[in-house]
Amino acid sequence: MLTIHSKLINAMIAQALDDHPIETCGIIAGPAGSNLPLRLIPMRNMAKSETFFQFDPQQQLHVWKEMDARGEEPIVIYHSHTDSQAYPSHTDVEHATEPQSHYVIIPTKSLYNHEIRSFRIIDQMVIEERVRIVHQYQPELELQMVA
Amino acid sequence: MSITVIIPTILRPLTNDQKRISITGYKVSDVINGMEQQYPGIKEKLVSEGNAHRFINIYINDNDIRFCDGLSTHLQDGDVLTILPAVAGG
Repeated sequence: MLTIHSKLINAMIAQALDDHPIETCGIIAGPAGSNLPLRLIPMRNMAKSETFFQFDPQQQLHVWKEMDARGEEPIVIYHSHTDSQAYPSHTDVEHATEPQSHYVIIPTKSLYNHEIRSFRIIDQMVIEERVRIVHQYQPELELQMVA
Repeated sequence: MSITVIIPTILRPLTNDQKRISITGYKVSDVINGMEQQYPGIKEKLVSEGNAHRFINIYINDNDIRFCDGLSTHLQDGDVLTILPAVAGG
């Protein structure tokens, strides 16, 4: 199950709608092993495509080093689907390399009501999980949140 | 040349769960061959047909080797080689 603050959900949806029809992408970092998404980091989609995304490699190195220095990991890896439902595509599964991350998909076509869904992708296997949206974190964690 | 290699989560099962390993080499390809000797199976995850896989990013310190000499990029003692699978999808 993914437990996540409503502000982070809203920020992901806003970014996805803003980038539509190009696919949006990013991560939400959090303390390693905590399973708690805290810092939303929008990533540049180097592919600038309606059907594909790839993090800009230079930005990825910078962000990954920063997480390492802060003892964080990508708790959520998110991207949008601009013309299909929020279910991992073959390409998504092929490229999923973080078994501990929640893979969140935001559909930006109004047909799908922008209803996000979350998945674990382990050894090319997709498991959908429940998303529990909360309106507050513990106060000290809420202070660290970037949405 | 002693090089520190940072191994991503997905490849750690091949390196006995080590995140950082030390390998010697003068070029990126030497380091990859050195890793293959110690941790068989890792090379095919990184290289195909003489080049780094398209969706594997390899950096020397802060520089993507695609913008240097690829696998022939020369190394200096103390360099850090970071391997990061590209985050991508459709």
